[in-house]
Amino acid sequence: MLLKKRERVVGEVPQAGMADIAFLLLIFFLVVTTIDVDTGIFMQLPPPPDPEQEPPPIRERNLMNILVNAQGLILINEEPASLQDVQQLVMDFVDNENRAQDPDLAEDPRSAIVSIKTDRQTPYEIYIDMLDEVIGAYRQLRNEAAQREFGITYREYQNRVSRDDNVIREMYPQNISLAEPDPGS
Amino acid sequence: MSKFQKKQANTKQQVPTAAMPDIIFMLLIFFMVVTVLREVELQVRVDFTRADNIEKIEQKRLVSYIYIGPEILGGGQYGDTRVQIDDALIDDIYAIRRLMYDKLSEEPRLIVSLRVDEASEMGVVSDVQQELREAGTLRINYSTLRGDQAPM
Repeated sequence: MLLKKRERVVGEVPQAGMADIAFLLLIFFLVVTTIDVDTGIFMQLPPPPDPEQEPPPIRERNLMNILVNAQGLILINEEPASLQDVQQLVMDFVDNENRAQDPDLAEDPRSAIVSIKTDRQTPYEIYIDMLDEVIGAYRQLRNEAAQREFGITYREYQNRVSRDDNVIREMYPQNISLAEPDPGS
Repeated sequence: MSKFQKKQANTKQQVPTAAMPDIIFMLLIFFMVVTVLREVELQVRVDFTRADNIEKIEQKRLVSYIYIGPEILGGGQYGDTRVQIDDALIDDIYAIRRLMYDKLSEEPRLIVSLRVDEASEMGVVSDVQQELREAGTLRINYSTLRGDQAPM
């Protein structure tokens, strides 16, 4: 009985200050740290051009030329367009096989190439807006395909299969070519 | 019965605070793990642009950053558009080739994240991209904010 009482006295280490110390550390880390933005648009650059090798021939109809000039005006296959139309135009072009089957647009999504060309003076912001629209078109197409084939969204599908087994990715490869900009004026 | 009554009388009517440090420590550890300290001192201004169709960079350790934007001169003044890699401004654009090639040989799965100020022109971005092609660092990422996010 006596022993038990003594043990209780020894066990009482003051713990009230510990929370304060931890709070101080917590506040320090809250103030000091910045949560980085780590989102963005992924792109795969082409390997450097080989001077000895000619570029492979591409049929005219499989190439969609998007030109953005220094004023941010957009020319798609020599015709002026506005940024809002780009997504629809790219979708019509890439998925021509399943849509209008226009003989002037891409044969099939696999061989369709979207080429984006800018001037040196083109603002970066407009270029990103442009790229965003094109990526958005592909995302929509992939989403539709995933819904059609598997009845789920593309995001869900992506989580279920590995990158190598991704049939939809294969169906709609993102062939975006970034042309070297014109020197401009 | 009497024993039970005695016990009840001994109970202290207080909120136990002994576990509080543990809770705080857990929060602390969470923040320590989640946050990244700013590694480089930015010498150029980088205001991100916005986009909607963006992805998250999952493997942060593969990422190497290139900053492009107007040089910060101090006193709210901005100079010409410059390129910054790690802690240094790049004077010779062709130096990027070697720098990135060295980084690539250290980490073959390197992703280059281009953090470009929204007011930059495409010319310099394209020059950097050409250098990256030469270096063989072909996986790039244009850092953007989500379209509806507040500016930082």
